[in-house]
Amino acid sequence: MTPQYWLFFAFAGLAVLGALNLIWQRHPIHSALSLIVVMGALAVLYLLLGAEFIAAVQVLVYAGAIMVLFVFVIMFLNIGEEERTSWSRVAKYVGLPVAVALLGEISYLLYRAIPARATVDANRFVGTTESVGQRLFTEFVLPFELTSILILVAILGAVVLAKRKL
Amino acid sequence: MLNLLWLIPVLPLAGAFVLGVFGRRWAQRQVSAVGVGSVGLALLVALGVAWEFARLDPAALPLVQRYFAWLDAGTFVIPVTFYLDQLSLLMTLVVAVVGFLIHIYSVGYMAHEGGYYRFFAYLNLFMFFMLLLVLAGNYLVLFVGWEGVGLCSYLLIGFYFLRDSASAAGKKAFLVNRIGDYGFTLALLLIFASFHSLDYATVFNRASQMSAEPFGQAGLLTAITLLLLCGGIGKSAQVPLYVWLPDAMEGPTPVSALIHAATMVAAGVYMVARSHVLFAQAPTSLAVVALIGCVTAFYSATIGLVQTDFKRILAYSTVSQLGYMFLGLGVGAFAAGIFHLMTHAFFKALLFMAAGSVIHALGGEPDIRNMGALRRKIPTTYWTFLFATLAITGMPGFSGFFSKDEILWQTFSSPYGNKVLWFLGVLAAALTAFYMFRLLLLVFHGQPRYTPTTEQRIHESPPVMTRPLVVLAVLSLVGGWVGIPAALGGSNHIEHFLAPVFASSTSRLQALAVEHTHAEELEVMAIALLLAGLGFAAAYLMYARRPELAQELARNFHRPYQLLLNKYYVDEIYQKFIVGPAHWLSDRVLWQAIDVGVIDGAVNGLGVEARVLGGWLRQWQSGNIRSYAGWIVLGALLIITYLVLRLR
Amino acid sequence: MVPVSHYLVLSAILFGLGVFGFLLRRNVITIFMSIELMLNAVNLAFVAFSFLHQQLSGQIFVFFVIVVAAAEAAVGLAIIILVFRNRVSLNVERVNLMKL
Repeated sequence: MTPQYWLFFAFAGLAVLGALNLIWQRHPIHSALSLIVVMGALAVLYLLLGAEFIAAVQVLVYAGAIMVLFVFVIMFLNIGEEERTSWSRVAKYVGLPVAVALLGEISYLLYRAIPARATVDANRFVGTTESVGQRLFTEFVLPFELTSILILVAILGAVVLAKRKL
Repeated sequence: MLNLLWLIPVLPLAGAFVLGVFGRRWAQRQVSAVGVGSVGLALLVALGVAWEFARLDPAALPLVQRYFAWLDAGTFVIPVTFYLDQLSLLMTLVVAVVGFLIHIYSVGYMAHEGGYYRFFAYLNLFMFFMLLLVLAGNYLVLFVGWEGVGLCSYLLIGFYFLRDSASAAGKKAFLVNRIGDYGFTLALLLIFASFHSLDYATVFNRASQMSAEPFGQAGLLTAITLLLLCGGIGKSAQVPLYVWLPDAMEGPTPVSALIHAATMVAAGVYMVARSHVLFAQAPTSLAVVALIGCVTAFYSATIGLVQTDFKRILAYSTVSQLGYMFLGLGVGAFAAGIFHLMTHAFFKALLFMAAGSVIHALGGEPDIRNMGALRRKIPTTYWTFLFATLAITGMPGFSGFFSKDEILWQTFSSPYGNKVLWFLGVLAAALTAFYMFRLLLLVFHGQPRYTPTTEQRIHESPPVMTRPLVVLAVLSLVGGWVGIPAALGGSNHIEHFLAPVFASSTSRLQALAVEHTHAEELEVMAIALLLAGLGFAAAYLMYARRPELAQELARNFHRPYQLLLNKYYVDEIYQKFIVGPAHWLSDRVLWQAIDVGVIDGAVNGLGVEARVLGGWLRQWQSGNIRSYAGWIVLGALLIITYLVLRLR
Repeated sequence: MVPVSHYLVLSAILFGLGVFGFLLRRNVITIFMSIELMLNAVNLAFVAFSFLHQQLSGQIFVFFVIVVAAAEAAVGLAIIILVFRNRVSLNVERVNLMKL
């Protein structure tokens, strides 16, 4: 059992626990914090897969900016705990079994599709920052520029929507 | 001039068009000029054509002129062709002459009526269609003319359309004709299916190469000819489709004269004569033709005995005389039938026009019970009417005598003839003499039965109306002299003239003919004359000598009298058993059940179903985000499953 | 040596948990966070596949996913604020004016 193995299981378990907690908690701020935990765990997992740039971006942008936005909004609206009411019938009787089925199905497929010998080892890491940057600015430069416009639009949209008066 | 043949129908067509478009604003003089002028010019062209025709080499006949291809659909090609032989030339001349005279007459007759331009427009249009019919070179162009004259008949019968009875009569004429035309259309289809052409020359050629069908057996030719006969029965008012003709008297008198006496009703006769090749090879059909003609002649004459409306008596007389023509055709005497058509056109048009003159003189009174002693008051009308009566009853020397006698003789002697039919024909002649002289005596002789106020208004018609009467009277006398039979020392010009047309069929008959002597012919003639004389004597007795005899007979034979007076209740029977059920079928079944229930129901039902379905579907849009979420996940699962299964 | 399929199964589990949260929760912000969880799970799958196939485009894609998630979060939260202002409640069952 190599260290990667233990690391993997530790942080995978952390991610799952965080996700479970996100669902379980009644106050949204607790759910937000659990989500941050999940993201952090995922960042480590990315590192284990050799995607160092993505791991960094995950922490910086996702956990660091998006989740902050979430926390900010939760505090701003200040709702408090969720009340206990009955579940939607559709969600209960259709959604739950379906989600379980979905899960089972995907897992099954994955195990069938991926040969068991494919393992993660450091010799075959791809995803150095340099290589990612290289691809990003040559092959994918157009989507890259478009995302900047996208973010501009998103900012404008958020501002227009949320202002009290224009 | 022969290449101007097309002008003959086209001139009246142009007249109709011009009058229809511009006539409304014109004065009567201009309308008359165009209306009468177009027909007059057509007549001149026809005379010119006849002149050149006489110079033609007989071998060049029939002359076929092709104008343009009307229908061109692969193998189905119908050109517009004109077919000129002795028969169509004779018909053209008859139509043109009588039509022209009646147009002139109408100038006077319709002078005080409304819709003057419309009348002449329709009349011109009628001339176009009729001339097209007789000049046609194939069955389809014939049919165009056939339908066209039916249309004009409808338009003209219902000329006084504000009168309910007039428009009903117009509809009746059109609908009853339609029944016959249905059979005619089937015949056209059969002809085309069998001979792959509707062209006269081609059809007759191919038909004559088929073997004749023996009497009593029904083959293809019998079917075709019987169906053609259906059309003829409708158009020429034979039993059982004659019921429209008496009602057609609702139209103005010139219309009755032209269309329902001289020309349109003769179209059926012409058509059968033209198709003689087909009929001669289907003796069963010929027998049917003769039978129907004879029955009609007799039956209609019986109805005419007791009627009291001037024009209606003449209408039944027309039906009866048309029966004679069919009888002639049916026994194989095609030329005789056409001969009678010609003489009938002269004297019947005259009779109607004179009737118009009388009715007009009396201020619109049509009932002969209110007439009498008009002989001295309107002498020209009287004398021309007398001439026509003498012609129709078969007074020797007049035209009707020769033509009717020829038919009766042929019925007696022809291999396709029949003694029983002959006898009925003779009886019908006797009846004809009776009712025509009854009419004459009641209207022009005896004591006046009209009111003094009417008496002051009685006046002879203006020359524009009386001159055509005179011309026709002369023709009623001399018109028959072209057909004086050999038995009386004549050379029967008309039969020889038309012989080339009917040559193939008459030669078939000659093969079966039995020899007859002139003496026999004279004997037969004498019997007919005797019976006609009896008819005249009876009429003279009842209406000139002892008027009360008529009333007594009516009382003593009450039942038969009522039966005849009510025309054997045929109209009522038709209404109850045919028209009524048809109307019920249309109303209850076709309209309410099928159209409203099924068709509308289906269409509306679709709409209702769409609404119901929509109403049910919209419950899905609950607005509840969580149920939406559930459905989204379910959908995602299904899609993934599907993709996975496909990739397997 | 961790088989790659373990990563993928983990991704599936996280995704499933995200779906659970999406269906079960009533607070609209929590629902939104479950969506983010689902996005993260997918990112993990992408990266794992990128390793498996030795292609970099998987990671590039993850980069764009994160960017788009950021934009989406911004606008979505703005909408939530607007909804809150109108309905004074973040209960998703109260936001049901779009029914027919």
